[in-house]
Amino acid sequence: MSAPNKSYDPVEVEALKPEEVERARDAALAAVAAADDLAALQEAKVAHTGDRSPLALANREIGALPPQAKAEAGKRVGQARGAVKQALERRLVELEAERDARVLVEEAVDVTLPWDRAPRGARHPLTTLSERIEDLFVAMGYEVAEGPQVEAEWYNFDALNILPDHPARTMQDTFFVRAEDGSADSGVVLRTHTSPVQIRTMLTRTPPIYVICPGRVYRTDELDATHTPVFGQIEGLAVDKGLTMGDLKGTLDHFVQAMFGEGIVTRLRPSYFPFTEPSAELDLKCFVCRGASVGDPEHPCRTCRSEGWIEWGGCGMVNPRVLIACGIDPEVYSGFAFGVGLERALMFRHNVEDMRDMVEGDVRFTLPFGMEI
Amino acid sequence: MRVPLSWLREYVDLPAGESGRDVADKLVALGLEVETVEQLGADLKGPLVVGQVLEIEELEGFKKPIRFCKVDVGDANGTGEPQEIVCGARNFEVDDKVVVILPGGVLPGPFEIAERKTYGRVSRGMICSARELGMGDDHDGIIVLPIEAQIGADAIELLGLVDEVLDIAVTPDRGYCLSMRGVAREAAIAYGQPLRDPALLDVPDANGYGYPVRVEDPAGCDRFVARTVVGVDPDAPSPLWVQRRVQMSGMRPISLVVDVTNYVMLELGQPLHAYDRARLQGPIVVRRAQAGEKLTTLDDAERTLDPEDLLICDNRGPIGLAGVMGGESTEIGDDTSDIVIEAAHFDPVAIARTARRHRLSSEASRRFERGVDPEAARAAAQRAVDLLAALGGERAQAEAGVTEVDAPREPVRITLAADHAAKVAGVPYTRETVAQRLQEVGCSVEGIDTLTVGPPTWRPDLTDPNDLAEEVIRLEGYDRVPATLPQVPAGRGLTADQRRRRRLGRALAGAGYTEVLNYPFLGQSAFDDLGLAEDDARRRTVVLVNPISEEEPALRTTLLPGLLDTLRRNLGRGNADLALFESGVVFRPNAATPPAPVLAVDRRPSEEELAALAAALPHQPQRIAVVLSGERERSGWWGKGRPQNWADAIEAARVVADAVGVELTVRADRHEPWHPGRCAALVATAPDGSERVVGHAGELHPRVLKTLHLPERVGAMELDLDLLTADLDGEHAVQAGHVSSYPVATQDVALVVPDSVPAAAVQAALVEGAGALLESVRLFDVYTGSQVGEGSKSLAYALRFRAQDRTLTVEEATAARDAAVALAAERTGAVLRGA
Repeated sequence: MSAPNKSYDPVEVEALKPEEVERARDAALAAVAAADDLAALQEAKVAHTGDRSPLALANREIGALPPQAKAEAGKRVGQARGAVKQALERRLVELEAERDARVLVEEAVDVTLPWDRAPRGARHPLTTLSERIEDLFVAMGYEVAEGPQVEAEWYNFDALNILPDHPARTMQDTFFVRAEDGSADSGVVLRTHTSPVQIRTMLTRTPPIYVICPGRVYRTDELDATHTPVFGQIEGLAVDKGLTMGDLKGTLDHFVQAMFGEGIVTRLRPSYFPFTEPSAELDLKCFVCRGASVGDPEHPCRTCRSEGWIEWGGCGMVNPRVLIACGIDPEVYSGFAFGVGLERALMFRHNVEDMRDMVEGDVRFTLPFGMEI
Repeated sequence: MRVPLSWLREYVDLPAGESGRDVADKLVALGLEVETVEQLGADLKGPLVVGQVLEIEELEGFKKPIRFCKVDVGDANGTGEPQEIVCGARNFEVDDKVVVILPGGVLPGPFEIAERKTYGRVSRGMICSARELGMGDDHDGIIVLPIEAQIGADAIELLGLVDEVLDIAVTPDRGYCLSMRGVAREAAIAYGQPLRDPALLDVPDANGYGYPVRVEDPAGCDRFVARTVVGVDPDAPSPLWVQRRVQMSGMRPISLVVDVTNYVMLELGQPLHAYDRARLQGPIVVRRAQAGEKLTTLDDAERTLDPEDLLICDNRGPIGLAGVMGGESTEIGDDTSDIVIEAAHFDPVAIARTARRHRLSSEASRRFERGVDPEAARAAAQRAVDLLAALGGERAQAEAGVTEVDAPREPVRITLAADHAAKVAGVPYTRETVAQRLQEVGCSVEGIDTLTVGPPTWRPDLTDPNDLAEEVIRLEGYDRVPATLPQVPAGRGLTADQRRRRRLGRALAGAGYTEVLNYPFLGQSAFDDLGLAEDDARRRTVVLVNPISEEEPALRTTLLPGLLDTLRRNLGRGNADLALFESGVVFRPNAATPPAPVLAVDRRPSEEELAALAAALPHQPQRIAVVLSGERERSGWWGKGRPQNWADAIEAARVVADAVGVELTVRADRHEPWHPGRCAALVATAPDGSERVVGHAGELHPRVLKTLHLPERVGAMELDLDLLTADLDGEHAVQAGHVSSYPVATQDVALVVPDSVPAAAVQAALVEGAGALLESVRLFDVYTGSQVGEGSKSLAYALRFRAQDRTLTVEEATAARDAAVALAAERTGAVLRGA
């Protein structure tokens, strides 16, 4: 860089002449404008703003000017450089946008390619259906009670008022467990219902008791489209002061509406179970036709076979004899109980035509049910 | 119980237009389960008339003999001329009355009758058999009507061909509804009409000259009525109406005597037995069997009797299983004319046991088991005597002797608060309603606030106040019970164990496993297939007395056989790349299992008694297992997938352990049915440092896979959830750690160790050696090959160090790494690779 020179006349310095500065600026702007990609722009940037560029050289000469000339020359060169810098930045934005657009187009893929790399899984619909019912009752304040599947006859029959010679004992097609001596007198069976869990609950808790008892149960039916020797049941039990059949009915109404939709009501038909008195069969209004198919052969309903009602389970007021066997005073407490079959519910709620599908474990049946039901 | 509507109308005035469906709905509302309403003769159309055969011309030259008949049908054909009909049957003669369908009529099928040319003649109608009319399977010939039948009369009405039959599934508490009388009683209540009780008959008093009867076991038989009819014509047929009703009720008409006893049983619910008096020797005796006694019953089976069996005997020995089935020796035969009628009442329990013991359920035993009205015996005997005397021919008559053996019975009285039914139902029934409804079912009712109720003799099921409450509520209508909701106290939600089971199900499904629910049944061959040793604990099973299949009498002790079956079934159906899981219990017998006692039910059992029940049950732990086959990550347009291998099975165990919040360690093990070199024991560590194996995972033994016809390299994992979670105390609250915001220092090390050294041991040494600054360690490569030499492997670990309170210097991180490597070297002989 030259040293300051008081006698120096700026107009005499070639590079700082206004027309020279203007020319250098215009050349730079032209080069920027002409650059049609980022590399060309980079070249123009080096050529016109680099250390050896005319404007940089001109800028360097300013220092040598006498003070009175510095301001004007500085302003002139500074404006020129500013204009070039702005042009460069603008062009850079433009060219980067162009490049990005081009690259993104080039990088486009076929997003419709199938993605099934990770395997899908599912829970069995009987499991999720049971959980859904459990959750419904848990939300009402019930607790979930469980018990063993191989069960003592006393829990499965006697305590439930199904005494040894009662015809009801042969109604249940029971699997008996072999005793150690090879006889059938082990006093142990595969439970035929989840009711023994109710007995266990009443023996271990004090009222008020509100429990729901899900689980696997067994009866000696051959497997076919509508029977299976191993099936799921879910039972409810309430023991409290002053419980009535009205409470049973209200609870069941709430239950079926939560499962099948608003307006689906229950119908109780008098029936007989040794462990409840009074007893009732539990029907629910057909949630598909809502009874409209009854007497209308033009519009039959597959779900309820045009009966208008779907048979689902049994219920009743806990027989005071059962309370006595559990050490609960029937003069003080009363109770209600109900039980429904899970397979049947899955059949009519999800249109399963053949119970064998629930048993055989074919993944094509289970996968569509996913994680919840 | 099959109930013909026409028969029901005999006892109750049902509204004229009431259909079987209508009646069924009413009865269902009262608690009778009407399963079907059968429409008889719905597609039958007349003219179907009584005709008399005038001439029979035998037609020759056909494959079978054919008759050309002229039949007088009166004015039914519009002309009064004899009807010419071709007929293939031969069981009739000139002058017989027959059933004729004329052209234009329709038989069930439907089968339209028209004039047609056949066997060279024109046949104008058809002479009908019972089967053609839908009256059963009897096709032995055409129906020959009694000679009294009016020529030209409508045979549809005469034979009762159009009717409706309600089929009712009678629950065990309603034995009385196994009779027309009982169902009519319900129908009468349903329609608010009086009942014409068929049991209200005039019966002569007992006297000393009836057939002698001695009851030696009054507990087993508290009433025995014997009546005698003599001079019955053995050839007298049952009248059509008796046959028709017996047949509509689902029984086969056989002979007059048998049909009459069945008819009376259907009508009154009292099973009867008829003996050929000529074949009885000495008095009838009711007693229990003696050991070794034998009896040949009516079904031709010789039965060895049990000392508990209640018998009917005469001087020669047993002649019948009381209340179940009669014996051959005194059976009514083709020549029987003198008949002793038995109408008895037996102990339901004795009958139930005998029927079960001999696997012999009869119409009689079904009724006695459920309770027969003891007061109906006299009427039933009278009804049978009356019918036999009336229908058994001119010489048939009842003898005057009436035998009745009667044990005194205490009348049942139930004390009932007048508002009890109201409290049970939640409906404010008045005392008047309660009394009226109970009287309708036949109870006597006394008292104001506290009622003393005497149930009728046909309702032995009414013993408790709640039984009476049910009667009131069902007659008032279950549909009138309002829906209310109880005030349920706040609950505690699911237990920790229940939440854990749900969590691990979701975790495995989220990891790509599909849940299956297999039957727990298997046989010892399943254990052979798995290659289990003879003394393997899993071979000790709980065994069923009456399994579905004799091949699979036992309950599972492991989930694997079921899962492998399901895997094979899926593969067979073309489902590939499978990952299945099952969560369920297995059954492990205890060392010695005493039988479960039968405890009393009139009180709460003691804790000792309950413990005795518990001791009789096998251990039933909750297990979870997976099986895998095919690709774990699938091949596709992105490239090659990854076949599942032993490590995926172990990973599944980790998924389960993570889901329940337990840390598992893994060590090499040998355990059938896994591949001996690819089997991991899954180990949980208790807070006191003791370890327990909770399950196994890895690849299955190639021989097992071959035996089971499964593809190679199937992976499997099974663990005991109860063991896995044994240390969790339910509410396990995780304590939050401090998350350091200082930078991480990463150091990689590659260690060469002999092949036999488990990676887990090396990692454990690194962790311990690195000390507190170590944030995490991860094995990112395993190398074997020439660069590390035969018999060795190189394990490459990424170590991450971080301090809670400062940025670590390179020196600090390196020092920690060196300490880690040094301990690994000391413990496992590891050598820093390249050092």
